[in-house]
This record gives sequence, structure tokens and C-alpha cells, in this order.
Amino acid sequence: MRDVVIIGAGQTKFGEHWEKSLRELAVEAGLRAIEDAGIYSKDIDAIYGGNMSAGSSTFQDNIGTLIADFTGLAINNIPAIRVENGSASGAAALHEGFIAVASGIYDTVLVGGVEKLTDVPMENITDVISGEIDREWEAFNGSTLAASAAMIARRYMYEYNAKREHIAHIPVISHRHGSLNPYAHYKNTIKIEDVLNSTIVADPLTMLDCAPISDGASAVILTTMENAKKLKNDGIVRIKASTLASDFISLHSRDNITSFRSTIEASRKAYKMAKLEPKDISFVELHDAYSIFGMIALEDLGFFRKGEAGKYLEEGYGNLDSKLPINPSGGLKAKGHPLGATGVGQVVESVFQLRKQADKRQVSDPRYALTHSMSGAGGSSIIHILEVV
Amino acid sequence: MVGIVSYGSYIPKWRIKVEEIARVWGEDPEDIKNGLFIYSKSVPGPDEDTATISVEALRNALSRKRINDVGAIYVGSESHPYAVKPTATIVAEATGFSPNITAADFEFACKAGTAAMQTVMGMVKAGMIRHGIAIGADTSQGAPGDALEYSASAGGTAFIIGEKDTIAEIKATYSITTDTPDFWRREGQDYPRHGGRFTGEPAYFRHILETSKKIMELMKTKPEDYSYAVFHQPNGKFPSRAAKTLGFKESQIKQGLIVPYIGNTYSGSMITGLSAILDIAKPGDRILAVSFGSGAGSDAFHIEVTDGIENYPRENAPDVWKQINSGKFIDYAIYAKFKGKIKMGE
Amino acid sequence: MTIPRFWREFEHRYRLIGTKCPSCGRVYFPPRDVCPYCHRESVGKMQKYELKNTGKIYSFTVVYQDIPDFKELKPYIMAIVEMDDGPKITGQIVDASPEEIKIGMPVKAVFRRIREESPSGIIEYGYKFVPI
Repeated sequence: MRDVVIIGAGQTKFGEHWEKSLRELAVEAGLRAIEDAGIYSKDIDAIYGGNMSAGSSTFQDNIGTLIADFTGLAINNIPAIRVENGSASGAAALHEGFIAVASGIYDTVLVGGVEKLTDVPMENITDVISGEIDREWEAFNGSTLAASAAMIARRYMYEYNAKREHIAHIPVISHRHGSLNPYAHYKNTIKIEDVLNSTIVADPLTMLDCAPISDGASAVILTTMENAKKLKNDGIVRIKASTLASDFISLHSRDNITSFRSTIEASRKAYKMAKLEPKDISFVELHDAYSIFGMIALEDLGFFRKGEAGKYLEEGYGNLDSKLPINPSGGLKAKGHPLGATGVGQVVESVFQLRKQADKRQVSDPRYALTHSMSGAGGSSIIHILEVV
Repeated sequence: MVGIVSYGSYIPKWRIKVEEIARVWGEDPEDIKNGLFIYSKSVPGPDEDTATISVEALRNALSRKRINDVGAIYVGSESHPYAVKPTATIVAEATGFSPNITAADFEFACKAGTAAMQTVMGMVKAGMIRHGIAIGADTSQGAPGDALEYSASAGGTAFIIGEKDTIAEIKATYSITTDTPDFWRREGQDYPRHGGRFTGEPAYFRHILETSKKIMELMKTKPEDYSYAVFHQPNGKFPSRAAKTLGFKESQIKQGLIVPYIGNTYSGSMITGLSAILDIAKPGDRILAVSFGSGAGSDAFHIEVTDGIENYPRENAPDVWKQINSGKFIDYAIYAKFKGKIKMGE
Repeated sequence: MTIPRFWREFEHRYRLIGTKCPSCGRVYFPPRDVCPYCHRESVGKMQKYELKNTGKIYSFTVVYQDIPDFKELKPYIMAIVEMDDGPKITGQIVDASPEEIKIGMPVKAVFRRIREESPSGIIEYGYKFVPI
């Protein structure tokens, strides 16, 4: 297996892009990544594009071809494939791109993620997002992704006697960091009380426990270490691990809903692949689509024992200057959650951090970054561990 | 002898008080309560209809006695969820009797349920089927502000009818039918209309009294020979007056008179009263049960409770009065939302 | 949902018919063609199994989201119910107010309308739960 590195990263701002279409967002992020890599379109052997909902939300499928076309790469007739894995679609595209370069099939690939959610009528948006839980046996009966998260939160509080306030630390941290990120959807800071007193979405979770509906795109350029060294002397980021694990899609089929087996399994494999342990990680980008997801992931990724994340968050873990900075980008909650773009966006942020280009939100001297992306309510988890070379 | 092998009723949880409806329409609730002898009525949840009520009533009957050898299901209602597409097929599928069964929907205003009973009795007697199911259920509609709004309610009862192992024998049934337009709903209309006071003497009383007298003549019985009597209950007043006119005492009709608390469940009305009587009946009890359907007609039944009721597990399903007494009250706004009376945007 | 997509699930949605693995005895709802524990041992051998209609609340939430299909029910109680026969099922709790609901509370399945295609379209029925 060849070493795979990231030599370019780019993204759009996440948020409401009323004036931009899906293809324009994708092209903007893709071109920034290509420019950042210092390569030319002709150098790209393949495109992997992560997108969750274009078919159901805007009736546009065949996204891979569309993006190849409008990034100007269709003229080279290179392969272009859409990867769909719910809201982990972007991370899944990266996993596929990683496999392609590591295996020797392609040398240089563009991995992108894009989602255009503001073109979906407001009343349909929850239904579109419910596409990543079991439509027949969960969504049909009235469940939603937010309802799933809320049922997980209630069970978590019941099993571990956890306080509601503990869970609210996650969005507070994400907003604090997001306020420093020019790419973020929301730049306001919030307090624990704001989360508790916000509009109820699915009891006990409020609006401030839930990531927003965002548009956006993000992209990275992968190549071999050998190629990278011909192009650059520094700022090369190696993918130390790229792992994906699945679980039962619906909560009702799992023995336990206060832990994500997909996260436990994917991270176990990732640590093994990277020959690292949780304590080696400099910072983590968590999938905090709902506050409780981020909280549980901290435990499943091995940073804290089960039921103890809240206690540590209360003590200040998560801040940029703490032992474990969480979501320096602002996470899904503040940076935004354009589904398919989210997972690649976490990696773009990690590249900026590892290259020490993160300005006010810079984590001091990071060595290893871990990104955690998830589909549905833990139906699958994708872990990437990155290292600056 | 053909009779009832098992029975079950279902009354939705929600109730609205006469005071609450009167408040909205500027009427005196005491007038209504005195005039109609109704205090509250049942309201179906927004996810309930005649099919769901029928299924729950039948499931209650089946949890008292699981009968597998059933040849027919007939559902009587004036509020079938579909104008075209039977309720009975949904009920048959949901209770596991599909596909080896015949089924159909009946409609005869408030007596569609007893029409179904008579049909099933005939089929059992003829040897066509071993057991048959007759259900009467409704989620009836009264136009907002109309007198009917105080009474039109929801509920239903299912009877499994057969010849073996009965808990009550139906010794006789007698009907009369005339063309009396006292109450109707035209195709495509949301709410029914009625003839006001015309619904009384020429409609309800003429039919109910006539069939009651005829069946007692036929059976050579008098009112005092019955432990219980139950008449169709469009309101509390009509059945009380009919009973009195015929010579029945209040003690004979009290157990089956459910309309003051849950309103008129239309096709479920008289038979849910009968169900309440079966909840406490003892072997040897005689019951006179008389339905009325606008349009118009009346079916009378002479029923005798058998020894079979002693070992029949009535406690396996909630009895009628328990269901009546476990209601939860809602205000007019929630009622209007539940009943789809609020005009919604697209 | 299109008619066939709903129609083919009638026995499961109407009567809680799941499947049972003859090899390990686990009961599944929704039904599975393959037992995740016995794999090939179970293929082609999974048996229909009608669940008893009772269970206990495993977790729940009160949903305040605007979902066109459930507008008149808002806020509605969504729950995962652990059935007495083993499997857990996702469904609404009805005929109850949110404040009475607790984890561990006994409930039974009832037959209700879940949604309708449109005012002129088919009505989709299924299971919900009520406190016992």
C-alpha cells in the first residue's frame, strides 16, 4: 500500500448561498483545492465526489459527471464518481479516493463534497434528511434524525445519570471556535443557558443542539508521497488512517443506543492503522450534527470512558488551549453542515490546522488530527487520522 | 341456536363537554344538557377512523375469545374512510382473517351494525359459514354549530356470531323499514342534514316502538320479562322516553344508556350499549336490543344470555364503562383540529 | 409512499409480523431474510413470527418539528419500544400527554392511521402505541 498525502485543500464558506447553484459551489471548492495543490487540471486522474441528497432534494443525479463537466475535466474524460453514504458522504468519498491512490490505480485524485440544501422547500427538508435513517421502519412512523438523536440523548441521560447541561457543552464549544472561522455558517458565541432555553426541536434537544441546514462544498487533492515531494517541501499532510465501519441503520435494531459501534470499530481500526492511541491526537473534528452525537463520539473514540465525557467537558476539555481541542473549525454546529461537504470540510480544516494556517483558531503545534464523520444516527462512521509531514 | 360467541368495543380516548361546544356557539349548555340529556361526547384522535375503531373493537373481541374459523366480516358505518374501497378489507387484513373470507361494508345510518348482525346470523343459520363478524363503528360528523355537533361522536362494537359456544343466544330478530327521510348526507357533502323535530315522532319513535312491540308479540314477552333493554341512542332523551312508553323501568335501561357521556356513536350506538350490558350480564338474563337507522328502519333483537358467559373471560378486554370513564377532555380548538374542521393552507 | 411499497408490508405494519431465526431463536422486527448472527444457517429458513402486542418504552422524545405528514399531531411522542418478544420497534405513543411518559412504561400496540398520500390518496395504516 502506497503512502497517500493531501497536497491541496479548498472550500467555500458554509452557509446559505442563495446566489450559487450546486455545481457552482462544487467548482469553487474544487478549483481552490487544485490551486492550493499547485497542480493543473491535466494532472488529475479521477474525481470522487461526496453528496447525499441531490437526487431527492433537487432531482439532480449523476453528480460525478456533472462536477467533472463544470470543473472543466470532462474534456479529459477522466473517471468521476459520486459517493453516497448519508451525511458521511464526503468522508466516504475521501475513503474511496484514499483506496484508489494507495492501491496504485490512480496517482492523483480530486476528492470533493457538496450539498445544496437551500434549494429544497423548507417543509421537505426534514424529510430529505430522514433519508439517512430507515425510511420504512423509522421515518414512515414519524421518526426523524433529530428524534433519533433525542431518543439517544434521553437514554444516555437515563443510563449514565448525565445532566442535560453536559450535552450542551458541545454546541457551546463549537460556536466558540466557529466564531473565529471565516468559513463558518454561524459566528456567534453561545452559553449553556442559551442551548437549554432555545426552541425545542425534539425533547430534550433544542435548536441549539442541532447543526444548521447549510450549503457548501469542500475539496482536497490526494496524491502519492513521491509525487508530493516533487511539488512541495512542506505542508504535506499524510493520511495515516482512513477507516469506515457500519452498524444497524435503525436505532431499534441495536442492543445499545448510547454508544455508536460504528465509531468504536472505525476508530479501533484507525488507531491500529496509524499506530497511534487516543492520547496522541492533537485535536479532533467531531460529527456534532446533534450535540449528543459529539458527546458520545468523544467516548467511543476512546478519549473518555463511557458516561464521563460531560464531566471532562465541564472541566474545560474541548477548548483550543485544552488537552483535547474539539472542533477548532466550529464543527457541524457552527461551521455548518452541508451533508456531503461536511466530512471533506473536516479534513480541509485539519489540513489548515496541521499547516498552521488556521489563524485565530489555530491549535498550538498540532501533530495528529482525527476527523470523525457519521451517517444517520451512527449507521456508519468514518475516521481519518492525518499527520503533517 | 345462533348467538354471540364473543364481543368487544372500542371508544376513543378523547372527550369534549357540552359546555365547551355551547361556549363557542353562544348557546346555553344547561338547555342542551336538559334537552338532549348529553353531557359530553367522544372524539376520535386525528389518526383514528372507522377502520381503526373497527379493528380495535374486533381485537378486543378476539382477545376475549380467539376464533379462527370465520367466514364473513361486515362493517356497518356511515363514515367509512373511503367512499369507494371497503373498510371490511382493512379490518380483515389487520386481524389476520384475510384472504379466505367474504367481506363487505354496510351503510344504513345508525343501524348499519345491526343490519350486519342480521346478515351474519342468516349466513350462520344457513350453514354457509361457521362464524361471522358484524361490526358497527363510526366517526360521525355534525356540522359546526348544528345541534348534531353535541352528539355526533365516535366508537364501535364487534360481534363474533356463531352457533356453538355462545355467550348469548339471539332468539329472534324483527325489522321494519320505510322510506322516511329524517336524516341524510348527499354524496360529496362533508356534513349530514336532518329534519329537525321530524326526526322524532315519525322517524325514531314510530320505528323503535313498532319493532319493540312486534318482537315482544312474537316472543310472547312483556317488558318485565327482560333484565335489560337498550335502544338506539341519538341522545339521552329519545331512548329514555321510548323505554318509558313501552313500559320499561329506568333500572332496565341504565347499564346500556351510554350516550350521556360519549354521545351518539351512530352505527356503534345501540350495540355498544348492548356490549355494556354483556359486560355484567348473567346466565338467563334476557335483553331487548333495538336499533334505529335514519332513512329509516329499526332492527330488534331478543337475546338470552347463556351459561357460556360464566367461563368467558370478559376481563381480557376493557369493559365499556371503564372505557367511558377513562376519557380525557379537550377544548374546542383541539377538537376542531382533530376533526379536520380547520381550513388548512396547501 | 407509492401503493405497492406500502401494500407489500401490510402484514408487518398491520399485525406486527416479524421473523424468527430457527437456528438461534432470535425474533426480528422489521422482518429479516438473514439472521445477522447465524448468516447462512438462517438463509431460506427464517420463519414468520407474530409478535405479542405489548412492550415497554426503551426511550422516547416529543417531536416539535414541522413535518407535513404529522402536522395535526404536533407535538407528538416518538418512542422506541422494547417488545415483550424481544425486538425493539420505533413508533408513536398516542392517547397520552408527554408528561406521563417514562422509560420503562408498559405500552401496547394499536392500529392507527399513520399518514395519507393526499386527501384523495390512499390512507396508510400501521402501528402506534398507547400506555396500558
